[in-house]
Amino acid sequence: MIQSIDYYAVAPLLVLALTGGLVLLLDAFLPRGPYARPALGVVTLAGVLGALGFVISQASRAGGPMRTFCVPGGLSNAVPGAPPGSGTGGAGASPCSFVVDDFTLIFAGLALAAGVVVVLLSMAQLSSGEIPVGEWYFLLLCTLTGAVALPASRDLIMLVVALELVSLPVFALTALRRYDGRSSEAAVKLFLVSVVSTAVMLFGVSLLYGTTGTVYLDRLAQVLRERMAGPAAPGPGQALQGAGTSGGIQASQASEAYVSSLHIAYDPPPVDLSPLLTVAVVLVLAGFAFKVAAVPFHAWAGDVYQGAPVPVAALLSVISKAAGFAGLILILVAALGSQSGTWTPLVAIIAALTMTVGNLLALRQRHAVRLLAWSSVAQSGYILAPLGVHDDEATSASIAYLVFYAAMNLGAFAVVMLVSRRHPRNELDDYRGLAFRSPAAGLALVFFLICLAGLPPGLAGMFAKIVVFRELVGGGGTWLAVVMAVNTVIGLYYYVAWAARILTPVPVIAESEAEGPSAGGSRTGWVPVGIAVALAGAVALVFSVAPQVVLDLLPEVLVAAR
Amino acid sequence: MLIALLGVPLAGAAVLLVPSRADAAAGGRLLRTHALVVSGVTFALSLVPVAVFGGGDTTGGRFSTNLAWVPGLDLRFHLGVDGVSLPLVVLTTLLTFLCFVYLCWGRADGPGQLLRPKPEGGRPRALVFTLLILEVGMIGTFLALDLLLFFVFFEVVLIPMYFVIAIWGGRARRAAAIKFILYTLLGSVVLLLGLLFVWAQTGTLDMVALARAHGAGMSRSAQILAFVAVGAGLAVKTPMWPLHTWLPAAHTEAPTVGSVLLAGVLLKMGTYGFARIAIPILPEGAAVVAPWLGAFAVIGIIYGSLACLAQRDLKRMIAYSSIGHMGFVLLGFATLTPVGVNAALFGNIAHGLITALLFFVVGAIKERYGTADIPALGGGMLSRLPRLASLLTFACVASLGLPGLAGFWGEMLALLGAFEPATGLPRPLYLVFMAIGGIGTVLTAAYFLVMLSRVTHGRPTVTVHAPLLASVGGPGEGTGAKAVVGEAAEDIRAGGGGSTTGRGDVTAGEGGSTAGEGDVTTGGEGSTAGGGDGGPLAAPANAGAGRMRDVTGYELAAWVPLVVLIVLLGLWPKVLLSITDPVVQSLLGAP
Repeated sequence: MIQSIDYYAVAPLLVLALTGGLVLLLDAFLPRGPYARPALGVVTLAGVLGALGFVISQASRAGGPMRTFCVPGGLSNAVPGAPPGSGTGGAGASPCSFVVDDFTLIFAGLALAAGVVVVLLSMAQLSSGEIPVGEWYFLLLCTLTGAVALPASRDLIMLVVALELVSLPVFALTALRRYDGRSSEAAVKLFLVSVVSTAVMLFGVSLLYGTTGTVYLDRLAQVLRERMAGPAAPGPGQALQGAGTSGGIQASQASEAYVSSLHIAYDPPPVDLSPLLTVAVVLVLAGFAFKVAAVPFHAWAGDVYQGAPVPVAALLSVISKAAGFAGLILILVAALGSQSGTWTPLVAIIAALTMTVGNLLALRQRHAVRLLAWSSVAQSGYILAPLGVHDDEATSASIAYLVFYAAMNLGAFAVVMLVSRRHPRNELDDYRGLAFRSPAAGLALVFFLICLAGLPPGLAGMFAKIVVFRELVGGGGTWLAVVMAVNTVIGLYYYVAWAARILTPVPVIAESEAEGPSAGGSRTGWVPVGIAVALAGAVALVFSVAPQVVLDLLPEVLVAAR
Repeated sequence: MLIALLGVPLAGAAVLLVPSRADAAAGGRLLRTHALVVSGVTFALSLVPVAVFGGGDTTGGRFSTNLAWVPGLDLRFHLGVDGVSLPLVVLTTLLTFLCFVYLCWGRADGPGQLLRPKPEGGRPRALVFTLLILEVGMIGTFLALDLLLFFVFFEVVLIPMYFVIAIWGGRARRAAAIKFILYTLLGSVVLLLGLLFVWAQTGTLDMVALARAHGAGMSRSAQILAFVAVGAGLAVKTPMWPLHTWLPAAHTEAPTVGSVLLAGVLLKMGTYGFARIAIPILPEGAAVVAPWLGAFAVIGIIYGSLACLAQRDLKRMIAYSSIGHMGFVLLGFATLTPVGVNAALFGNIAHGLITALLFFVVGAIKERYGTADIPALGGGMLSRLPRLASLLTFACVASLGLPGLAGFWGEMLALLGAFEPATGLPRPLYLVFMAIGGIGTVLTAAYFLVMLSRVTHGRPTVTVHAPLLASVGGPGEGTGAKAVVGEAAEDIRAGGGGSTTGRGDVTAGEGGSTAGEGDVTTGGEGSTAGGGDGGPLAAPANAGAGRMRDVTGYELAAWVPLVVLIVLLGLWPKVLLSITDPVVQSLLGAP
């Protein structure tokens, strides 16, 4: 039986993957001229922009979500737990692995837009010539492919594969700066941590499959919901909760159809599986917590960010993190929505710990990238927080924060990249007086930092925080809101201290001394970084003036998917 | 109309972002003209509502603008001006304008001229930019009629004020600025939680609708919780007694214009929030929490006064006196009666004018003497700088609440309100508050008079600069003078809390010391005691005084409007009360 593939739906992936192959080929066969390096960068950039174009065209297309890689109609009966000829209605009759809906599009768009900035930063990074170009861009495109595929994947296996596609190239990217001790150390740390987390998550995923008998997220959700509502429900309290959170259209319309058919297609085992399910939830959560650097699985962040080249750090902090959150939201909300009683308190505690520990660690940092590393750990906590008070709009708040955060953080990394070319040590003291040496970069960084702190004039960050706070206060997570409030204040301290450094003039002697030895390398390759800073700055400004732009993008499909 | 009020300073600030060579060539003259024009136009714009203001119940605002901004958050760009906000808006624009007058008109070598190009880089452009943004935030806070919009503007002031303190401030500016911003941000975040809680309960952010509902739709416990959160957030800004510790440091280190705006306007944002949000929107919560608010208020009054008595630094002393005065304002709010709330609003404006004048004058003193340390200033300012000292005296007397000046009415009416608090509040408790507040007024008078007697009265003396005195002291009376100076210098070092003992020593040592309070400033007496030939030493003292200019033209230009307004409001309080009263009646839900 031949599957029909909707090539339009997978077009962004194809563009990225093919560009990746093309870059490798070009690198091998292009003559080694002075323009080979920028040329490859431009090809990569074109590929990313092309994929972004496809995503935008998909987004502007009217109509429901696109599905592909579905189980063909004839086979869908064989899928355990799937009642024949029914489902979420119409097109969703059979479970699909790849769905392009609002959720997918916003994450894909985010990853690709961030990808543009990262490619621009890479062009500057690669201009010095110690890093092999072809491999770099190939790996970068692979990561982007994974980041675009991940939010679209709707079965556990594809989810894990996509997540690995995001993670694996990053190890190599980190280590590409050869003969650099810090880089290698970072790569090994990242590799070990990531592999362990993948193993943990795979174990959880296998338990999920074992207890429910399906890998498709929507089927999984159905099975769990049925079990909650059905006679095998472990306890009245939990059953009530399951019924409460699963309030959707399909639930009501489908439940009476399923209860009978479910027993025919898939016999629920006689033993009570809920403890096993809890273990599975915890393991999956732990696996993703590694990916998004949430406490207690955060320890790798500082060393890895500092050791990796700056573009890779930016990639880790935005693209890889966004992918992690996409997977987390998909599994927790789309598949395990009925188990929210189990994971909501866990996520809330993790979120509180993550923001607190991240902020406290960031307080003492003197290295710019390390500070950004811990601050982005803290920001992960803010992103997680709405998931800790699970209600219908919580995921939207998380995604909104993620989008705001991506713009601000990429901007900060872009300026850091610019400065790191002049000051390879990249300590905070190197930023003293930046606003006088290069006013545009200095003011931009101040703006990004104030955005990250969440104060006007950085309204983008402030609105992001308000969205999250609103969710927390409205959803009954007041204690979490208070923790976050205190953390906002802690965070402000280091952001403002950094910003104040930028605006403090330096004695003239020190400046000329600093500029003397490294002036040679700083001239080349600042144009792409400048464009990156301008891009991120413009986006952050737009988000500040009209935050509604982001709020309009937010998907509502996900709520229905539960 | 109101958008223009915000737009003019914002546009004025935006223009400054464009680098211009012409400005540098003109030596900053363009910049100064620009600053003056922008703030002047803003001030003029803010007077338009005054001219056409009819009085009567205008809750909900004249000139209201209501545009959707962020529908996803329910955030509307809702502005309006009414009797409660109008005086504060005018106060804001007036003070900003006067600050620019102060900064722009002076001569290049005048004291306090931060806008002059200096070798070490005074960064005048940045200062004008920051002050204009600050003005936008302050005006916006008073105009906003949407809870979240209020919060946004409330936050806008933080970063500019931080930089005003951190860049142009005094010696310990960095720590003071950090303390200021962290403390107030903590307050703001708590305020945000409270506002969002109100929103979660009622489903609207529109202050007008919420005030009209008078708390309908919120349960009593929810109102109490929301009031505590909102009140705590506002109390940090006000500042209320246990939450005030950021204020003295920030005031002491801020430059003159920073102190003026901080005391004159920023503190008012907190109290305005009580009048606009906390009390009308959460009446039941207010009724429960009001006695606590009153208790903290009177503690603040007493604490502020006692702290003032112990201060040696003029700026610090005025900062603490602000805590005392804001205590009266809070006491007025705590009564929940129209009389009390009117008193609080009146006290707000009066305090804004008087304290602004005080900080201007003290800033001028600090720039002339190089210090604001009371003992180091010595006495006799009235004879050395008669006009400056007279202005200081006037401001202090106004601040301690002399009848006939603006400071009187706020305090008197607040106490009167406490005499008869709203029904449902424990009257005996409020009578106690009133009595304590009365003691507070006495203490206020005490510390201001003590300060005046130490600084303005007495004989002019040289500020103790030990090396200077030692070198000019001729060989004839050298031993005596040197001994005294040495002792005086030691006394300075003893400083701090132990000044009383030091004072005793010095007076005893010199015998016929005329300036009873002057503890270390015994240069003049020293010379007399040191052998009767005060001539040689008095000469440099006079020369020192000659170097200091008395009040200059630009200072006078900035200060006279404040003096006039203080007298006007003191003699004719109805001019302000008639604007606020109708709105207060309707906000409190009185029939």
